[in-house]
Amino acid sequence: MSEIKDRAEEAKEKRAEFGPDISLEEYTLDAPEYGARPLEEITEVDRERLLNAGVDVTGAERSGSFIQVDNSVIHAAPTQEGIEVQSTRAALEMYPWLEEYLWQLVRVDADKYTASAELNFQDGYFIRALPGAKSVFPVQACLYLKAASISQNVHNIVIAEEGSELHIITGCATDSPELSGLHIGVSEFYVKKNAKITFSMIHNWAENIAVRPRSGVRIGENGVFLNNYICLQPVNSLQLFPSAYLEGEGATARFNSVLMAGPGTHMDVGSRAVLSAPGTRCEMIARSITTGGEIINRGLLVGEVEGVKAHLECKGMILKGGGRIYAIPELDGRVEGVEMSHEAAVGKIARAEVEYLMARGLSEDDAVATIVRGFMHVDIEGLPPILKDQIDSAVELSNKSLL
Amino acid sequence: MLEVENLTVSIDNRTLLENVSISIAEGETRMLFGENGSGKTSLLMAIMGLGDYKVESGRILFKGEDITHLPTDERARRGIGIMFQRPPTITGLRLKELLELIERDNRDMEELARSLNFEKFLDRDINQGFSGGELKRAEILQLMVQDPDLVLLDEPESGVDLVNIDLIGRSIRGLLQKDLHKHRRKSGLIITHSGYILDYVEADKGCVLVNRTIWCTGNPHEILEGIRERRYEGCLTCQR
Repeated sequence: MSEIKDRAEEAKEKRAEFGPDISLEEYTLDAPEYGARPLEEITEVDRERLLNAGVDVTGAERSGSFIQVDNSVIHAAPTQEGIEVQSTRAALEMYPWLEEYLWQLVRVDADKYTASAELNFQDGYFIRALPGAKSVFPVQACLYLKAASISQNVHNIVIAEEGSELHIITGCATDSPELSGLHIGVSEFYVKKNAKITFSMIHNWAENIAVRPRSGVRIGENGVFLNNYICLQPVNSLQLFPSAYLEGEGATARFNSVLMAGPGTHMDVGSRAVLSAPGTRCEMIARSITTGGEIINRGLLVGEVEGVKAHLECKGMILKGGGRIYAIPELDGRVEGVEMSHEAAVGKIARAEVEYLMARGLSEDDAVATIVRGFMHVDIEGLPPILKDQIDSAVELSNKSLL
Repeated sequence: MLEVENLTVSIDNRTLLENVSISIAEGETRMLFGENGSGKTSLLMAIMGLGDYKVESGRILFKGEDITHLPTDERARRGIGIMFQRPPTITGLRLKELLELIERDNRDMEELARSLNFEKFLDRDINQGFSGGELKRAEILQLMVQDPDLVLLDEPESGVDLVNIDLIGRSIRGLLQKDLHKHRRKSGLIITHSGYILDYVEADKGCVLVNRTIWCTGNPHEILEGIRERRYEGCLTCQR
């Protein structure tokens, strides 16, 4: 581990490849300790904010829950056999072999944020499905910011063992809309042979929060990784560019993102997939809306062996209030016989569509809202209804704020 | 039901309709003939309040109310419905969802869709990849759910194959309550270029739009026959 620490030390001033630079000194690592508690003892106020981020504090219809407030893990427990949910720190103590899973898919010296996650490690979640286990309901995980100017540094590990299936819904939120803070989250996902992970993340930050997730995914033979990322609420600066490594034959990855940026929000969001085994497939679908903020949409597909198929679709809509959408789709075919394509479009709401709905009796406002809702509707194959409902209600909530 | 009085309409300072007057009674079906570019679609758009059409003079009355400057949705809510000739695609909006939004009287959407042999399209994005005939069926289904008192149909037969034309004709007859011989309340204004729809939907009257205005009104079959024999140029020589 000392080598890891050394590399982190060396990278602690290193600027990230993308996104505005953030001065880590402006944030504190100090936060009160919050004791562990059962879900039912979470206060009313926290309950509501957690709920907006997709976390159901009743724990009903969940296969497990994890909640971390600032540096304290206040709840971590599975409710289904074959599913493990605990803090990363506890898991590292329990399983010495887990060390081997750390910093495999994200480089510790990638930038100052990954370095900070190592040097200022403050837990995170460990979620695992044992071989053949299938989560009946989603596991929910929440990373919550409460203390003023807090810098939260977490390292998450998710493992779907052979033939298993995991659905995870992650909600991130802050205690108050005025809170300022920084969230750094390193996540490493291991999808083993014939396993499947559906990972849906709903970000519900605030206007003064900076967010730097750093994620890597390894997908084994016939493994499936479905990633849904929803960020419709204000955030100061968000930059993420997870990488998926499709290393097993027949592995599949799909990334969906739905973003909305109002004035003062800067998002630099995308995903990268490296298809390095025969028969691998990847699809990326991004829907972005700005009402005055800036969104940079990246997407990079790398085809390394013959016969891989990948497609990238990136659509943006600039609504009243202006803003900017900068789409950067990239294809990198490295051998003969790869099939990769992309389509990107940035536009406005078509008047003809609004009038079409008005001719059916919808008011102009309702017509616009209906079109925007449709635009943000990403048809996500294989998503459990409960996750779909969660995403739909996040979209619905943001839709109301448009009018 | 509908009174269009001396309507002059322009777009970007170009006159598209000039002194158009047309009156459609409750329960009446009217065919509107005219060659390409004569202003047929513009008239329907103006009645519905669509596009950047500017009413320069004249007025539109619906059920006795002046609707000349009402927004489109208000006209729809008062009972005017339109079948678009080239409806737009709306990504992410399923046909079924749209039907739920416009539905007024607890109509059985599934049943209506079945009557058009269209139930498998309910979960498709509206008009996405629909063929010519499918577009028409989607439009008619929406109108069935909307249940307007005045139906404006823009070339309902165009792009429809022989198998589907009968189905579409039957559905339009339903929309216009053609099975009721007394107390028929629904009215229609149907644009036709070919007149083919007359084989499937009986009309009470026909009129011809030539040079941006209504040239004549009369028996629709006689008008169609006249156009077939002498083309629209013949209309110009005809006494108005």
